[in-house]
Amino acid sequence: MTAPRLAIEALSAISLRDGNRPILRRVSLAVATGEVHGLVGESGAGKSTIAKAILGIIPSQVKVTDGRIGFEGRDLLSLSPKDLRAVLGRDIALVPQDPSTALNPSRRIDAQMTNGLRLKRGLSANQARLRAHALLEEVQIRDPERVLDSYPHQLSGGMRQRVLIAAAFALEPKLVIADEPTTALDVTVQKQILRLIRSLQERHGTSVLFVSHDLGVVAKICDRLTVLYMGKVMEQGSTADVLAGPRHPYTKALLAANPRYDRPDTGLEPTPPDVIAALRAEIAAFDAGVAGSR
Amino acid sequence: MDIGPQAPTVAARLMRDPKVVCAGGFILLLIVVAIAAPWVAPKDPLAQNLLMTTTPPAGFPDAEPGFLLGTDGLGRDVLSRVIYGARVSLTVAFVAAGLACLIGSLLGLLAGFLGELVDALISRLVDVWMAFPPVLLSILLIAVIGTGLHSVIAAIVVIDWTRFCRVVRTETKSQAQMDYVVAARTIGFSRPAILFREILPNVVPVLIALLTLEMGIAVVVEAILSFVGLSVSSDTPTWGGMIAEGRQIVHEAWWVLAAPLAALFATVVAFNQLGDGLARSLDPVLRR
Repeated sequence: MTAPRLAIEALSAISLRDGNRPILRRVSLAVATGEVHGLVGESGAGKSTIAKAILGIIPSQVKVTDGRIGFEGRDLLSLSPKDLRAVLGRDIALVPQDPSTALNPSRRIDAQMTNGLRLKRGLSANQARLRAHALLEEVQIRDPERVLDSYPHQLSGGMRQRVLIAAAFALEPKLVIADEPTTALDVTVQKQILRLIRSLQERHGTSVLFVSHDLGVVAKICDRLTVLYMGKVMEQGSTADVLAGPRHPYTKALLAANPRYDRPDTGLEPTPPDVIAALRAEIAAFDAGVAGSR
Repeated sequence: MDIGPQAPTVAARLMRDPKVVCAGGFILLLIVVAIAAPWVAPKDPLAQNLLMTTTPPAGFPDAEPGFLLGTDGLGRDVLSRVIYGARVSLTVAFVAAGLACLIGSLLGLLAGFLGELVDALISRLVDVWMAFPPVLLSILLIAVIGTGLHSVIAAIVVIDWTRFCRVVRTETKSQAQMDYVVAARTIGFSRPAILFREILPNVVPVLIALLTLEMGIAVVVEAILSFVGLSVSSDTPTWGGMIAEGRQIVHEAWWVLAAPLAALFATVVAFNQLGDGLARSLDPVLRR
Protein backbone atom coordinates (compact mmCIF):
# COMPACT_ATOMS: atom_id res chain seq x y z
CA MET A 1 0.00 0.00 0.00
CA THR A 2 1.27 3.44 -0.89
CA ALA A 3 1.69 6.18 1.69
CA PRO A 4 -1.68 7.41 2.94
CA ARG A 5 -2.91 10.76 1.73
CA LEU A 6 -3.81 11.97 5.17
CA ALA A 7 -1.93 10.64 8.17
CA ILE A 8 -2.89 11.98 11.58
CA GLU A 9 -0.40 10.88 14.20
CA ALA A 10 -0.92 11.02 17.95
CA LEU A 11 -3.01 14.20 17.75
CA SER A 12 -3.77 15.60 21.19
CA ALA A 13 -5.70 18.71 22.11
CA ILE A 14 -7.00 20.36 25.25
CA SER A 15 -9.73 22.88 26.01
CA LEU A 16 -8.21 25.98 27.56
CA ARG A 17 -11.55 27.21 28.82
CA ASP A 18 -12.46 24.03 30.63
CA GLY A 19 -9.57 23.48 33.04
CA ASN A 20 -7.29 22.11 30.31
CA ARG A 21 -9.63 19.16 29.82
CA PRO A 22 -8.28 16.85 27.12
CA ILE A 23 -10.38 16.85 23.94
CA LEU A 24 -8.25 14.59 21.77
CA ARG A 25 -6.15 11.81 23.24
CA ARG A 26 -3.34 10.75 20.88
CA VAL A 27 -5.62 10.15 17.91
CA SER A 28 -4.00 8.45 14.94
CA LEU A 29 -5.74 7.65 11.71
CA ALA A 30 -4.80 7.31 8.07
CA VAL A 31 -6.90 7.96 4.98
CA ALA A 32 -5.60 6.26 1.83
CA THR A 33 -5.90 7.64 -1.69
CA GLY A 34 -9.43 7.10 -2.97
CA GLU A 35 -10.71 5.93 0.38
CA VAL A 36 -13.80 7.09 2.25
CA HIS A 37 -12.91 7.04 5.91
CA GLY A 38 -15.65 7.33 8.51
CA LEU A 39 -15.03 9.17 11.75
CA VAL A 40 -17.75 8.11 14.17
CA GLY A 41 -18.60 9.02 17.70
CA GLU A 42 -21.20 10.67 19.88
CA SER A 43 -21.46 14.42 20.44
CA GLY A 44 -18.36 15.79 22.09
CA ALA A 45 -16.19 12.85 21.06
CA GLY A 46 -13.81 15.16 19.20
CA LYS A 47 -14.84 14.39 15.60
CA SER A 48 -15.34 18.00 14.63
CA THR A 49 -12.16 19.10 16.41
CA ILE A 50 -10.19 16.75 14.17
CA ALA A 51 -11.89 18.15 11.06
CA LYS A 52 -11.23 21.71 12.22
CA ALA A 53 -7.60 20.93 13.02
CA ILE A 54 -7.07 19.70 9.47
CA LEU A 55 -8.67 22.87 8.08
CA GLY A 56 -6.77 25.15 10.42
CA ILE A 57 -9.94 26.63 11.92
CA ILE A 58 -9.54 25.44 15.50
CA PRO A 59 -11.43 27.76 17.87
CA SER A 60 -9.26 29.90 20.11
CA GLN A 61 -10.19 28.07 23.30
CA VAL A 62 -8.81 24.78 21.95
CA LYS A 63 -5.09 24.12 21.81
CA VAL A 64 -3.35 21.30 19.97
CA THR A 65 -0.70 20.03 22.34
CA ASP A 66 0.92 17.21 20.41
CA GLY A 67 0.96 15.22 17.21
CA ARG A 68 1.06 15.97 13.51
CA ILE A 69 -1.35 16.06 10.59
CA GLY A 70 0.57 14.72 7.64
CA PHE A 71 -0.78 15.61 4.22
CA GLU A 72 1.36 14.66 1.22
CA GLY A 73 4.50 14.63 3.32
CA ARG A 74 3.88 18.00 4.98
CA ASP A 75 2.66 18.68 8.51
CA LEU A 76 -0.39 20.93 8.19
CA LEU A 77 -0.03 22.03 11.81
CA SER A 78 3.36 23.58 11.18
CA LEU A 79 2.47 25.40 7.95
CA SER A 80 2.33 29.19 8.01
CA PRO A 81 -1.19 30.63 7.59
CA LYS A 82 -0.27 31.70 4.08
CA ASP A 83 0.97 28.24 3.05
CA LEU A 84 -2.07 26.63 4.64
CA ARG A 85 -4.37 28.96 2.69
CA ALA A 86 -2.65 27.81 -0.48
CA VAL A 87 -3.36 24.15 0.36
CA LEU A 88 -6.93 24.71 1.49
CA GLY A 89 -9.52 24.89 -1.24
CA ARG A 90 -7.05 23.60 -3.81
CA ASP A 91 -6.05 20.29 -2.19
CA ILE A 92 -8.41 20.07 0.77
CA ALA A 93 -12.07 21.09 0.63
CA LEU A 94 -14.93 21.06 3.10
CA VAL A 95 -18.54 19.95 2.73
CA PRO A 96 -20.12 21.73 5.70
CA GLN A 97 -22.75 20.40 8.03
CA ASP A 98 -25.60 22.87 7.73
CA PRO A 99 -26.54 23.88 4.19
CA SER A 100 -28.79 26.64 5.51
CA THR A 101 -25.91 28.73 6.85
CA ALA A 102 -23.03 27.53 4.70
CA LEU A 103 -23.99 29.68 1.73
CA ASN A 104 -23.73 33.44 1.94
CA PRO A 105 -27.37 34.66 1.89
CA SER A 106 -26.60 37.89 0.05
CA ARG A 107 -24.63 36.46 -2.87
CA ARG A 108 -25.86 34.47 -5.83
CA ILE A 109 -24.81 30.83 -6.20
CA ASP A 110 -22.81 31.80 -9.27
CA ALA A 111 -20.59 34.20 -7.30
CA GLN A 112 -20.05 31.72 -4.50
CA MET A 113 -19.20 28.72 -6.68
CA THR A 114 -16.80 30.64 -8.87
CA ASN A 115 -14.94 32.18 -5.91
CA GLY A 116 -12.51 29.34 -5.55
CA LEU A 117 -12.14 28.74 -9.27
CA ARG A 118 -11.14 32.32 -9.87
CA LEU A 119 -8.94 32.61 -6.80
CA LYS A 120 -7.14 29.29 -7.05
CA ARG A 121 -7.29 28.38 -10.72
CA GLY A 122 -7.12 31.89 -12.14
CA LEU A 123 -10.11 31.30 -14.41
CA SER A 124 -11.94 34.24 -15.98
CA ALA A 125 -15.51 34.93 -14.88
CA ASN A 126 -16.86 33.24 -18.01
CA GLN A 127 -14.69 30.15 -17.75
CA ALA A 128 -15.52 29.82 -14.08
CA ARG A 129 -19.23 30.06 -14.81
CA LEU A 130 -19.00 27.33 -17.46
CA ARG A 131 -17.12 25.13 -15.03
CA ALA A 132 -19.70 25.79 -12.30
CA HIS A 133 -22.43 24.87 -14.78
CA ALA A 134 -20.73 21.56 -15.53
CA LEU A 135 -20.25 20.86 -11.83
CA LEU A 136 -23.92 21.45 -11.08
CA GLU A 137 -24.81 19.01 -13.85
CA GLU A 138 -22.47 16.53 -12.27
CA VAL A 139 -24.37 16.75 -8.98
CA GLN A 140 -27.60 16.12 -10.94
CA ILE A 141 -29.11 19.56 -10.77
CA ARG A 142 -31.57 19.80 -13.64
CA ASP A 143 -31.50 23.50 -14.37
CA PRO A 144 -27.98 24.72 -13.61
CA GLU A 145 -28.38 28.15 -15.22
CA ARG A 146 -31.34 28.96 -13.05
CA VAL A 147 -29.62 27.71 -9.89
CA LEU A 148 -26.52 29.76 -10.68
CA ASP A 149 -28.66 32.89 -10.84
CA SER A 150 -30.49 32.12 -7.60
CA TYR A 151 -29.94 33.25 -4.06
CA PRO A 152 -29.48 30.48 -1.47
CA HIS A 153 -32.89 31.05 0.15
CA GLN A 154 -34.55 30.15 -3.13
CA LEU A 155 -33.17 26.62 -3.02
CA SER A 156 -34.25 23.66 -0.91
CA GLY A 157 -31.94 22.14 1.69
CA GLY A 158 -31.08 19.21 -0.55
CA MET A 159 -30.33 21.53 -3.46
CA ARG A 160 -28.10 23.69 -1.31
CA GLN A 161 -26.19 20.63 -0.13
CA ARG A 162 -25.71 19.59 -3.76
CA VAL A 163 -24.37 23.03 -4.54
CA LEU A 164 -21.98 22.80 -1.59
CA ILE A 165 -20.80 19.38 -2.71
CA ALA A 166 -20.25 20.66 -6.22
CA ALA A 167 -18.32 23.62 -4.82
CA ALA A 168 -16.19 21.32 -2.68
CA PHE A 169 -15.27 19.15 -5.66
CA ALA A 170 -14.85 22.18 -7.94
CA LEU A 171 -11.09 22.44 -7.60
CA GLU A 172 -10.56 18.67 -7.82
CA PRO A 173 -9.21 18.47 -4.28
CA LYS A 174 -7.29 15.42 -3.10
CA LEU A 175 -9.09 15.32 0.22
CA VAL A 176 -12.66 16.29 1.04
CA ILE A 177 -13.72 16.71 4.65
CA ALA A 178 -17.44 15.98 4.93
CA ASP A 179 -18.60 17.25 8.33
CA GLU A 180 -21.94 15.55 8.99
CA PRO A 181 -23.13 16.52 5.50
CA THR A 182 -26.47 14.74 5.80
CA THR A 183 -27.44 15.54 9.37
CA ALA A 184 -29.61 18.52 8.47
CA LEU A 185 -31.41 16.67 5.66
CA ASP A 186 -34.37 14.34 5.69
CA VAL A 187 -33.78 10.64 5.14
CA THR A 188 -34.75 10.37 1.46
CA VAL A 189 -32.51 13.28 0.51
CA GLN A 190 -29.78 11.85 2.73
CA LYS A 191 -29.57 8.75 0.61
CA GLN A 192 -29.24 10.71 -2.64
CA ILE A 193 -26.54 12.91 -1.17
CA LEU A 194 -24.56 9.91 0.08
CA ARG A 195 -24.71 8.28 -3.36
CA LEU A 196 -23.64 11.53 -4.90
CA ILE A 197 -20.59 11.92 -2.66
CA ARG A 198 -19.62 8.32 -3.28
CA SER A 199 -19.90 8.58 -7.07
CA LEU A 200 -18.02 11.87 -7.28
CA GLN A 201 -15.35 10.50 -5.01
CA GLU A 202 -14.95 7.36 -7.13
CA ARG A 203 -14.87 9.29 -10.39
CA HIS A 204 -12.21 11.72 -9.19
CA GLY A 205 -10.23 9.36 -6.96
CA THR A 206 -10.75 11.72 -4.04
CA SER A 207 -10.10 10.73 -0.45
CA VAL A 208 -12.93 11.58 1.91
CA LEU A 209 -12.92 11.97 5.67
CA PHE A 210 -16.58 11.47 6.53
CA VAL A 211 -17.49 12.78 9.97
CA SER A 212 -20.76 11.44 11.38
CA HIS A 213 -22.53 10.35 14.52
CA ASP A 214 -24.75 8.04 12.50
CA LEU A 215 -23.41 4.51 12.05
CA GLY A 216 -26.16 3.75 9.55
CA VAL A 217 -24.95 6.53 7.29
CA VAL A 218 -21.32 5.59 7.74
CA ALA A 219 -22.06 1.95 6.92
CA LYS A 220 -23.50 2.99 3.56
CA ILE A 221 -20.60 5.08 2.36
CA CYS A 222 -17.34 4.35 4.17
CA ASP A 223 -14.58 1.86 3.29
CA ARG A 224 -12.95 2.09 6.67
CA LEU A 225 -13.86 3.75 9.91
CA THR A 226 -12.52 5.05 13.18
CA VAL A 227 -14.67 5.00 16.31
CA LEU A 228 -13.97 7.83 18.72
CA TYR A 229 -15.03 8.21 22.36
CA MET A 230 -14.01 11.17 24.50
CA GLY A 231 -11.25 11.98 22.09
CA LYS A 232 -9.73 8.51 22.12
CA VAL A 233 -9.74 5.99 19.29
CA MET A 234 -11.77 2.98 20.37
CA GLU A 235 -11.72 0.90 17.24
CA GLN A 236 -10.41 1.15 13.71
CA GLY A 237 -10.80 -1.08 10.69
CA SER A 238 -12.72 -1.81 7.54
CA THR A 239 -16.40 -0.93 7.81
CA ALA A 240 -17.53 -4.49 7.16
CA ASP A 241 -15.24 -5.93 9.84
CA VAL A 242 -16.12 -3.38 12.48
CA LEU A 243 -19.86 -3.62 11.90
CA ALA A 244 -19.92 -7.42 11.62
CA GLY A 245 -17.62 -8.12 14.56
CA PRO A 246 -17.08 -5.12 16.80
CA ARG A 247 -14.24 -5.87 19.19
CA HIS A 248 -14.60 -2.92 21.52
CA PRO A 249 -17.55 -2.89 23.95
CA TYR A 250 -18.22 0.75 23.07
CA THR A 251 -18.65 -0.07 19.39
CA LYS A 252 -21.04 -2.87 20.36
CA ALA A 253 -23.00 -0.42 22.50
CA LEU A 254 -23.02 2.11 19.65
CA LEU A 255 -24.35 -0.51 17.25
CA ALA A 256 -27.03 -1.53 19.72
CA ALA A 257 -28.09 2.10 20.04
CA ASN A 258 -28.88 2.28 16.33
CA PRO A 259 -32.55 1.85 15.42
CA ARG A 260 -33.26 -1.29 13.40
CA TYR A 261 -35.86 -0.67 10.73
CA ASP A 262 -36.17 -4.40 10.03
CA ARG A 263 -36.76 -5.23 13.69
CA PRO A 264 -38.32 -2.18 15.36
CA ASP A 265 -38.73 -3.98 18.72
CA THR A 266 -34.96 -4.30 19.13
CA GLY A 267 -32.23 -1.72 19.00
CA LEU A 268 -32.19 1.75 20.52
CA GLU A 269 -30.46 0.39 23.59
CA PRO A 270 -28.76 3.07 25.65
CA THR A 271 -25.10 2.45 26.43
CA PRO A 272 -25.12 0.07 29.44
CA PRO A 273 -23.76 1.60 32.69
CA ASP A 274 -21.05 -1.01 33.06
CA VAL A 275 -19.73 -0.19 29.56
CA ILE A 276 -19.66 3.51 30.42
CA ALA A 277 -17.86 2.75 33.70
CA ALA A 278 -15.30 0.61 31.84
CA LEU A 279 -14.82 3.40 29.27
CA ARG A 280 -14.31 6.01 31.97
CA ALA A 281 -11.74 3.75 33.63
CA GLU A 282 -9.98 3.24 30.32
CA ILE A 283 -9.82 7.00 29.70
CA ALA A 284 -8.63 7.66 33.24
CA ALA A 285 -5.93 4.99 32.95
CA PHE A 286 -4.83 6.58 29.65
CA ASP A 287 -4.66 10.07 31.18
CA ALA A 288 -2.71 8.70 34.16
CA GLY A 289 -0.30 7.02 31.74
CA VAL A 290 0.21 10.28 29.84
CA ALA A 291 0.78 12.18 33.06
CA GLY A 292 3.20 9.49 34.31
CA SER A 293 5.30 9.52 31.15
CA ARG A 294 5.98 13.26 31.42
CA MET B 1 -36.44 20.24 -6.27
CA ASP B 2 -38.28 23.09 -7.82
CA ILE B 3 -36.86 26.51 -7.25
CA GLY B 4 -38.90 29.65 -6.89
CA PRO B 5 -39.37 32.36 -9.47
CA GLN B 6 -36.26 34.24 -10.49
CA ALA B 7 -35.12 36.80 -7.95
CA PRO B 8 -36.33 40.23 -8.99
CA THR B 9 -33.67 42.91 -9.01
CA VAL B 10 -33.25 45.02 -5.91
CA ALA B 11 -34.72 48.05 -7.68
CA ALA B 12 -37.81 46.12 -8.75
CA ARG B 13 -38.34 44.86 -5.24
CA LEU B 14 -38.03 48.35 -3.82
CA MET B 15 -40.56 49.71 -6.30
CA ARG B 16 -43.12 47.18 -5.10
CA ASP B 17 -42.94 48.30 -1.49
CA PRO B 18 -45.51 51.07 -0.88
CA LYS B 19 -43.57 52.34 2.16
CA VAL B 20 -40.42 52.76 0.15
CA VAL B 21 -42.25 54.36 -2.78
CA CYS B 22 -44.26 56.87 -0.71
CA ALA B 23 -41.60 57.80 1.85
CA GLY B 24 -38.78 57.69 -0.67
CA GLY B 25 -40.84 59.78 -3.11
CA PHE B 26 -41.52 62.40 -0.47
CA ILE B 27 -37.84 62.67 0.48
CA LEU B 28 -36.80 62.79 -3.16
CA LEU B 29 -39.28 65.62 -3.71
CA LEU B 30 -37.95 67.41 -0.66
CA ILE B 31 -34.38 67.11 -1.95
CA VAL B 32 -35.36 68.53 -5.34
CA VAL B 33 -37.27 71.41 -3.72
CA ALA B 34 -34.37 72.16 -1.36
CA ILE B 35 -31.82 72.24 -4.16
CA ALA B 36 -34.08 74.29 -6.43
CA ALA B 37 -35.19 76.61 -3.60
CA PRO B 38 -34.20 79.87 -5.36
CA TRP B 39 -36.44 78.98 -8.29
CA VAL B 40 -39.21 77.19 -6.41
CA ALA B 41 -39.70 79.57 -3.50
CA PRO B 42 -42.29 82.21 -4.42
CA LYS B 43 -40.63 84.99 -2.39
CA ASP B 44 -37.31 85.96 -0.87
CA PRO B 45 -37.34 84.16 2.52
CA LEU B 46 -35.58 87.09 4.19
CA ALA B 47 -37.58 89.94 2.70
CA GLN B 48 -39.54 91.67 5.45
CA ASN B 49 -42.72 93.60 4.93
CA LEU B 50 -43.81 95.27 8.10
CA LEU B 51 -47.08 96.41 6.53
CA MET B 52 -48.14 92.81 6.01
CA THR B 53 -47.28 90.96 9.22
CA THR B 54 -49.08 87.76 10.28
CA THR B 55 -51.39 87.52 7.29
CA PRO B 56 -53.13 84.11 7.34
CA PRO B 57 -52.66 81.32 4.76
CA ALA B 58 -54.58 81.33 1.49
CA GLY B 59 -58.27 80.55 1.89
CA PHE B 60 -58.65 82.31 5.22
CA PRO B 61 -60.26 85.73 5.58
CA ASP B 62 -57.79 88.60 5.14
CA ALA B 63 -55.30 86.38 3.29
CA GLU B 64 -52.86 88.23 1.05
CA PRO B 65 -52.62 86.86 -2.50
CA GLY B 66 -49.19 85.39 -3.24
CA PHE B 67 -48.50 84.33 0.34
CA LEU B 68 -49.75 80.73 0.23
CA LEU B 69 -48.91 79.88 3.85
CA GLY B 70 -49.24 83.41 5.16
CA THR B 71 -46.57 85.64 6.65
CA ASP B 72 -44.79 85.70 9.98
CA GLY B 73 -44.35 88.45 12.57
CA LEU B 74 -41.95 90.35 10.30
CA GLY B 75 -44.06 89.91 7.19
CA ARG B 76 -41.80 87.23 5.65
CA ASP B 77 -43.32 84.52 3.44
CA VAL B 78 -43.75 81.35 5.54
CA LEU B 79 -43.79 78.98 2.55
CA SER B 80 -40.49 80.31 1.21
CA ARG B 81 -38.92 80.05 4.64
CA VAL B 82 -40.08 76.43 5.02
CA ILE B 83 -38.59 75.64 1.61
CA TYR B 84 -35.26 77.25 2.45
CA GLY B 85 -35.32 75.60 5.89
CA ALA B 86 -35.32 72.19 4.18
CA ARG B 87 -31.82 72.97 2.91
CA VAL B 88 -30.32 73.05 6.39
CA SER B 89 -32.33 70.06 7.61
CA LEU B 90 -31.38 67.84 4.68
CA THR B 91 -27.73 68.88 4.69
CA VAL B 92 -27.50 67.94 8.34
CA ALA B 93 -29.46 64.73 7.76
CA PHE B 94 -27.21 63.44 5.01
CA VAL B 95 -23.80 64.70 6.13
CA ALA B 96 -24.14 64.04 9.85
CA ALA B 97 -25.85 60.65 9.53
CA GLY B 98 -23.42 59.63 6.78
CA LEU B 99 -20.35 60.49 8.81
CA ALA B 100 -21.70 58.87 11.96
CA CYS B 101 -22.49 55.77 9.91
CA LEU B 102 -19.03 55.68 8.34
CA ILE B 103 -17.11 56.02 11.60
CA GLY B 104 -19.44 53.85 13.67
CA SER B 105 -19.74 50.98 11.25
CA LEU B 106 -16.02 50.83 10.48
CA LEU B 107 -15.25 50.49 14.18
CA GLY B 108 -18.17 48.08 14.56
CA LEU B 109 -16.88 45.83 11.75
CA LEU B 110 -13.42 45.74 13.30
CA ALA B 111 -14.78 45.08 16.79
CA GLY B 112 -16.98 42.25 15.54
CA PHE B 113 -14.34 40.58 13.41
CA LEU B 114 -10.84 41.20 14.75
CA GLY B 115 -10.97 39.14 17.91
CA GLU B 116 -11.44 39.68 21.58
CA LEU B 117 -8.81 42.33 22.33
CA VAL B 118 -9.94 44.81 19.66
CA ASP B 119 -13.55 44.03 20.51
CA ALA B 120 -12.98 44.74 24.19
CA LEU B 121 -11.19 48.02 23.47
CA ILE B 122 -13.82 49.37 21.09
CA SER B 123 -16.76 48.11 23.14
CA ARG B 124 -15.45 49.72 26.33
CA LEU B 125 -14.88 52.96 24.44
CA VAL B 126 -18.50 52.89 23.30
CA ASP B 127 -19.71 52.13 26.83
CA VAL B 128 -17.76 55.04 28.30
CA TRP B 129 -18.88 57.32 25.46
CA MET B 130 -22.53 56.50 25.96
CA ALA B 131 -22.25 57.28 29.67
CA PHE B 132 -22.00 61.01 28.83
CA PRO B 133 -25.39 62.75 28.67
CA PRO B 134 -25.80 63.51 24.94
CA VAL B 135 -27.45 66.93 25.34
CA LEU B 136 -24.68 68.09 27.64
CA LEU B 137 -22.06 66.73 25.28
CA SER B 138 -23.47 68.58 22.28
CA ILE B 139 -23.95 71.88 24.12
CA LEU B 140 -20.42 71.58 25.49
CA LEU B 141 -19.07 70.87 22.04
CA ILE B 142 -20.87 73.85 20.52
CA ALA B 143 -19.68 76.06 23.37
CA VAL B 144 -16.12 75.07 22.50
CA ILE B 145 -16.18 75.18 18.68
CA GLY B 146 -18.89 77.81 18.26
CA THR B 147 -22.30 77.72 16.63
CA GLY B 148 -22.90 77.00 12.97
CA LEU B 149 -23.77 74.19 10.61
CA HIS B 150 -20.43 72.41 11.09
CA SER B 151 -20.93 72.36 14.87
CA VAL B 152 -24.39 70.85 14.55
CA ILE B 153 -23.01 68.15 12.28
CA ALA B 154 -20.05 67.51 14.59
CA ALA B 155 -22.34 67.25 17.61
CA ILE B 156 -24.53 64.65 15.91
CA VAL B 157 -21.58 62.59 14.65
CA VAL B 158 -19.82 62.67 18.00
CA ILE B 159 -22.91 61.47 19.82
CA ASP B 160 -24.48 59.04 17.37
CA TRP B 161 -21.55 57.04 15.95
CA THR B 162 -21.94 54.70 18.94
CA ARG B 163 -25.37 53.68 17.72
CA PHE B 164 -23.90 52.37 14.46
CA CYS B 165 -20.91 50.83 16.18
CA ARG B 166 -23.05 48.74 18.51
CA VAL B 167 -25.46 47.44 15.91
CA VAL B 168 -22.80 46.69 13.30
CA ARG B 169 -20.58 44.96 15.85
CA THR B 170 -23.39 42.63 16.93
CA GLU B 171 -24.41 41.90 13.36
CA THR B 172 -20.82 41.28 12.26
CA LYS B 173 -20.25 38.96 15.18
CA SER B 174 -23.30 36.86 14.40
CA GLN B 175 -22.46 36.73 10.69
CA ALA B 176 -18.85 35.76 11.46
CA GLN B 177 -20.11 32.60 13.14
CA MET B 178 -22.03 31.44 10.10
CA ASP B 179 -20.71 28.44 8.21
CA TYR B 180 -20.32 30.45 5.02
CA VAL B 181 -17.54 32.41 6.71
CA VAL B 182 -15.87 29.16 7.75
CA ALA B 183 -16.31 27.94 4.18
CA ALA B 184 -14.67 31.11 2.84
CA ARG B 185 -11.77 30.56 5.21
CA THR B 186 -11.36 26.98 4.05
CA ILE B 187 -11.25 28.15 0.43
CA GLY B 188 -8.30 30.25 1.53
CA PHE B 189 -9.66 33.81 1.49
CA SER B 190 -7.71 36.41 3.41
CA ARG B 191 -9.31 38.07 6.42
CA PRO B 192 -9.97 41.48 4.78
CA ALA B 193 -11.58 39.70 1.81
CA ILE B 194 -13.85 37.76 4.14
CA LEU B 195 -14.81 40.86 6.10
CA PHE B 196 -15.56 43.11 3.16
CA ARG B 197 -16.76 40.65 0.51
CA GLU B 198 -18.56 38.01 2.56
CA ILE B 199 -19.70 39.65 5.78
CA LEU B 200 -20.25 43.30 4.85
CA PRO B 201 -22.99 42.64 2.23
CA ASN B 202 -24.98 40.86 4.93
CA VAL B 203 -24.59 43.79 7.31
CA VAL B 204 -25.57 46.43 4.73
CA PRO B 205 -29.37 45.96 4.97
CA VAL B 206 -29.30 46.67 8.71
CA LEU B 207 -26.89 49.51 8.09
CA ILE B 208 -29.06 51.23 5.49
CA ALA B 209 -32.13 50.97 7.67
CA LEU B 210 -30.22 52.42 10.59
CA LEU B 211 -28.76 55.17 8.43
CA THR B 212 -32.21 56.25 7.28
CA LEU B 213 -33.53 56.27 10.83
CA GLU B 214 -30.49 58.27 11.88
CA MET B 215 -31.29 60.87 9.22
CA GLY B 216 -34.66 61.37 10.86
CA ILE B 217 -32.97 61.76 14.23
CA ALA B 218 -30.46 64.24 12.76
CA VAL B 219 -33.32 66.38 11.42
CA VAL B 220 -34.89 66.48 14.88
CA VAL B 221 -31.58 67.26 16.62
CA GLU B 222 -30.88 70.09 14.19
CA ALA B 223 -34.36 71.49 14.84
CA ILE B 224 -33.78 71.35 18.60
CA LEU B 225 -30.44 73.12 18.33
CA SER B 226 -31.96 75.76 16.03
CA PHE B 227 -34.82 76.16 18.45
CA VAL B 228 -32.43 77.05 21.26
CA GLY B 229 -30.35 79.17 18.87
CA LEU B 230 -27.24 76.96 18.79
CA SER B 231 -27.40 76.10 15.11
CA VAL B 232 -26.81 78.32 12.07
CA SER B 233 -27.09 82.08 12.51
CA SER B 234 -30.63 83.44 12.66
CA ASP B 235 -30.53 85.04 9.21
CA THR B 236 -30.68 81.55 7.68
CA PRO B 237 -34.19 80.13 7.85
CA THR B 238 -34.42 76.82 9.70
CA TRP B 239 -37.42 74.83 10.81
CA GLY B 240 -36.28 74.85 14.42
CA GLY B 241 -35.75 78.62 14.35
CA MET B 242 -39.16 79.15 12.77
CA ILE B 243 -40.78 77.00 15.44
CA ALA B 244 -39.08 79.14 18.11
CA GLU B 245 -40.38 82.35 16.51
CA GLY B 246 -43.81 80.93 15.87
CA ARG B 247 -44.15 79.75 19.45
CA GLN B 248 -44.22 83.35 20.69
CA ILE B 249 -47.07 84.47 18.44
CA VAL B 250 -49.00 81.21 18.26
CA HIS B 251 -52.18 82.83 19.60
CA GLU B 252 -52.30 85.43 16.83
CA ALA B 253 -50.72 83.46 13.98
CA TRP B 254 -50.74 79.67 14.50
CA TRP B 255 -49.52 79.01 10.93
CA VAL B 256 -46.07 80.42 11.66
CA LEU B 257 -45.60 77.54 14.10
CA ALA B 258 -47.69 74.92 12.26
CA ALA B 259 -45.99 75.10 8.87
CA PRO B 260 -42.38 74.28 9.95
CA LEU B 261 -43.71 71.80 12.50
CA ALA B 262 -45.66 69.95 9.78
CA ALA B 263 -42.60 69.94 7.52
CA LEU B 264 -40.43 68.57 10.33
CA PHE B 265 -43.01 65.97 11.26
CA ALA B 266 -43.53 64.75 7.69
CA THR B 267 -39.80 64.55 7.03
CA VAL B 268 -39.03 62.52 10.14
CA VAL B 269 -41.95 60.17 9.53
CA ALA B 270 -40.80 59.72 5.94
CA PHE B 271 -37.24 58.86 6.98
CA ASN B 272 -38.50 56.36 9.54
CA GLN B 273 -40.90 54.70 7.11
CA LEU B 274 -38.24 54.57 4.42
CA GLY B 275 -35.81 52.93 6.85
CA ASP B 276 -38.42 50.38 7.75
CA GLY B 277 -39.23 49.58 4.12
CA LEU B 278 -35.59 49.41 3.06
CA ALA B 279 -34.75 47.01 5.87
CA ARG B 280 -37.50 44.71 4.67
CA SER B 281 -36.74 44.92 0.97
CA LEU B 282 -32.96 44.62 1.20
CA ASP B 283 -32.75 41.73 3.61
CA PRO B 284 -31.99 38.66 1.49
CA VAL B 285 -33.47 36.23 3.98
CA LEU B 286 -36.78 38.06 4.16
CA ARG B 287 -36.94 38.55 0.40
CA ARG B 288 -40.02 36.91 -1.03
